[in-house]
Amino acid sequence: MTSSYIGQPLNRVDGRAKVTGEAKYAAEYNVHGLAHGFIVSSTIARGRIVRIDSGRAASVPGVLRVFTHENREHLPSYDRDDEHSFLPLRDAKIHFSGQPIALVVAETSELARYAASLVQVEYSHEPHVMDLNTRRGEAYDPKEDEDSASSTKDRGDAQSAFTHAAVRHEAEYTHPCEHHNPMEMHATTAAWHGDGKITAYEKTQGAPRSQKYLMKVFGFKKDEVRVIASYVGGAFGSGLRAEHQLFLSVLAARELARSVRVTLTRQQMFTIGYRPWSIQRLKLGAGADGALHAIGHDALTNTSRLEDYTENDVGWSAALYNCPNIKRSYKVAQIDCYTPADMRAPGGATGMYAIESAMDELAYAAGIDPLELRLKNYSEKDLNEDKPFSSKQLRECFRQGAQRFGWAKRNPAPRSMREGNELIGWGMATGIWEAMRLKASARAVLTYDGKLDVASATTDIGTGTYTIMTQIAADTLGLRIADVTFRLGDSTLPPAPIQGGSFTAASVGPAVKAACDAVREKLFKLARNVPDSGLANAKIEDVAFVDGRIALARDPSLGVTIVGAMRYGNLKQIEEVAKAELAEDLEKRYAMYVHSAIFAEVRVDADFGSVRVARVVNAVAAGRILNPKTARSQVLGGVVMGIGMALHEETLADHDLGRFMTHNFADYHIPVNADVQDIDVIFVDERDDIINPLGVKGVGEIGIVGTAAAIANAVFHATGKRVRDLPITLDKVFT
Amino acid sequence: MINFSYVRTTDVSEAVREIALDPSARFIAGGTNIIDLMKENVARPTRLIDITRLPLNRIEDTPDGGLRLGALCTNADTAYDDQVQRRYPLLSKAILAGASAQLRNMATNGGNLLQRTRCYYFYDTGTPCNKREPGSGCPAISGLNRLHAVLGASEHCIAVHPSDMCVALAALQAIVRVQGPQGERAIPYAEFQRLPGDTPQIDNNLGREEIITAIDLPAQGYPDHYAYLKVRDRTSYAFALVSVAAALEMDGDTIRDARIALGGVAHKPWRDNDAEALLIGQAATDQNFRCVADAYMRGARGYAHNTFKIELAKLAIVRALVQAVRMERNGDKQLHRTTTEPR
Repeated sequence: MTSSYIGQPLNRVDGRAKVTGEAKYAAEYNVHGLAHGFIVSSTIARGRIVRIDSGRAASVPGVLRVFTHENREHLPSYDRDDEHSFLPLRDAKIHFSGQPIALVVAETSELARYAASLVQVEYSHEPHVMDLNTRRGEAYDPKEDEDSASSTKDRGDAQSAFTHAAVRHEAEYTHPCEHHNPMEMHATTAAWHGDGKITAYEKTQGAPRSQKYLMKVFGFKKDEVRVIASYVGGAFGSGLRAEHQLFLSVLAARELARSVRVTLTRQQMFTIGYRPWSIQRLKLGAGADGALHAIGHDALTNTSRLEDYTENDVGWSAALYNCPNIKRSYKVAQIDCYTPADMRAPGGATGMYAIESAMDELAYAAGIDPLELRLKNYSEKDLNEDKPFSSKQLRECFRQGAQRFGWAKRNPAPRSMREGNELIGWGMATGIWEAMRLKASARAVLTYDGKLDVASATTDIGTGTYTIMTQIAADTLGLRIADVTFRLGDSTLPPAPIQGGSFTAASVGPAVKAACDAVREKLFKLARNVPDSGLANAKIEDVAFVDGRIALARDPSLGVTIVGAMRYGNLKQIEEVAKAELAEDLEKRYAMYVHSAIFAEVRVDADFGSVRVARVVNAVAAGRILNPKTARSQVLGGVVMGIGMALHEETLADHDLGRFMTHNFADYHIPVNADVQDIDVIFVDERDDIINPLGVKGVGEIGIVGTAAAIANAVFHATGKRVRDLPITLDKVFT
Repeated sequence: MINFSYVRTTDVSEAVREIALDPSARFIAGGTNIIDLMKENVARPTRLIDITRLPLNRIEDTPDGGLRLGALCTNADTAYDDQVQRRYPLLSKAILAGASAQLRNMATNGGNLLQRTRCYYFYDTGTPCNKREPGSGCPAISGLNRLHAVLGASEHCIAVHPSDMCVALAALQAIVRVQGPQGERAIPYAEFQRLPGDTPQIDNNLGREEIITAIDLPAQGYPDHYAYLKVRDRTSYAFALVSVAAALEMDGDTIRDARIALGGVAHKPWRDNDAEALLIGQAATDQNFRCVADAYMRGARGYAHNTFKIELAKLAIVRALVQAVRMERNGDKQLHRTTTEPR
């Protein structure tokens, strides 16, 4: 494959559509006869609905129906207990504050919203618990545990090694509940086609997954329901699962035999999944030289009473550090909340915050530079499973990151740098995330005019998938970007996994390449037969596909245009579908990770304790970078989210009321522009011939991993105060 | 949001007549607060009287050497007005420390005075709140109260007033001019906003049938020695944890006159005339500043999550006074940063 687009910082191919408004999001499809639904949410955390009176709401002119658990269609799925064990309007039980308990459908969204305020509800309360801290005694090993500690084995004798270690550090790190808060609120426009079929324009990270959900819950056949998510305005994991609006809009559309749209308000965005609270205990033991002898990592996160949500908080240190004795545990405890959900680098952001904070504390305890300590314990293979890495250029991340940041000039003493009223601190941390690859498929259709249409049911939640897939396809067939269209976000397209886990580029990319390679082979066969092409005796390895031509690599004057070959073969189009996945033996033989090194400078007001992040250098090793511009944006966004995690983000809950209280953007703080200063992203060269033919890993999540720890460590360096409870608000620094 | 009717008026007397006609009518100007409150069902007016076309949008000199700010001037136009910047830079700075550029472009001076608290419970109709529904209780007292009052609170309400502008107005001893069915009256700033007491639903002493027409600034604007210091959880678009408006009149190193008002600590901008008086005739030293800061917070009481505000307010008072004396901006650049400095 010649490469004229891959590796180039191309602008987004969908950029124009986005800024002109041509790109349509789920709530922007104005289908014929559309009705609007508004969700009524519970105000208590646990109990039952004794009485729900929708009479006043239903009598408002323009209101079509008020759906409650008492009058909704009976679905067999209500009787099942399965992975989607929460279905809105199933029964009178209240499982969490903010639970959808009614849907008001009206001719306009304003009417629906107004009528929703008239629904009267009487509850019987049951005692609830929302404070994870009070549930430590009720923690248990989660039922579904594929993500967490049990997948990696403990090794050695960590307790004994810790007891005998020359340098020891032990501390507890806590981290609050956070909500994803994508810019686009969750919405579904359920278009009713009159024959019982539905097209759901849905905010989701995976159209096929939402389709499967609707088939399972409503009993649709595959051809009766189509899900479209052409554009998604951010998700960060909040769109992995079908949420309330999908179920309710389709329920209403079926019963009213009309198209129905349901949009969550910003406030209601705090009634869906979130990153759970976590309490982590780290125990690190090392020799006087800093060599790790023992790692102990115990994590507790909350889940709901509905199901066990788990994440990998404790699996990282064993893949990262060369330590003979490791012991980990991961437990969950139930509170009366909705179930948590994966949020950007689930488990990684949480676990690595604690590990990398503890490593910094160990460095101080041992009197060793924090970067030196990482290098001292650098692992050349994954000791989790005793496998070599498919690639690991973390050492280079440390080197380039430290150089760009100026780490060598750091005086390790806390409070050693000051400018006026500002204390200055430098901190660093390591980031790690899995480089996953899942099975995916794609279709490529080349038409007689030399235009290529490539499609896959993957999603682009703002990451740049449209663009990088177009680049891969264009390069494989030597076409101009303008002659290639990539389509996604439609359940009728060739199957692909959800967009999550940073695995889209590495999973769908190879499928796109494989489909285009298949077209390439057919084209080549055609081209060989074209008289005077000069290719009659050529093998496919001998030719290059460049500028719309198939030509001999050693003599580009010999060849034929793609359009010419198609014309000669009298073909209207060539269509190929291909699947791609990682060979099983490679997965067994190699450990695959993305790594990063993060360096942060903070400025802390000496009196008030207010912290700002003056600069961050994040050096990332993520295999081949398909598009440095979109990849950089992913890491930038991850770092900004890491700043938020370190300093701002926290969904505050009133434990007495069992309710989230900071459910808007004035009260739930994320960094504003003025909080985001200098962020420098470095991609170090990393060649990976194992993971996939493109050598690409993924960059969607690595930017947030470790960032909060680097900032927390910098705050310690600035002030001498170690804050082990995120977010680091000024009162924690100052008191 | 409930259904409402809408009427636009172009005459102040007519506006007053309109509001008197319907007990559940409300004025709307910039709408930056009332629209939010309506969407959340916290405010449920059945009639909105649009006053944006009233002729109250000028800034002009008053006969006694002060400046009159029209109630319908936007916060942005006020903050960037030449006269305000030159003669009342404290006010300009306080306004620019609040909200965001977009909000300041819409919000009016009168509306700024009347904005409601940002207490979480007040905004959530799924919870009790004495300010929203008198008698229903105050969950903030035993619940989430990190942002709440440490001065002047009551057993019924511990909310704070969220404005930055008002803190400067309190320090400048502005006069609020209002018009009602009985004609015009002038309310000294200290008497405009109220403490919650047992009527936390009433934020201020403006009559229901009255309209704010202007805010008068007295001649003394303290342009030589002032500071507005805002301590908050992020660099912009956050309400004050503590803010300080400090204004001094100096004679060499001696303080001839001092004004200090605090935001983020009480149901109204907090002033303490006795504490201020401790500075008069004194030297501008850290020790004297610390002394007045202690005096300011003498009666303060913290709750589970906001006790830190008491010490924070003292430090902020000292810092603001130091800045007012020196008129340097070094220390507070992160607090007032509006643009990103290139490195």
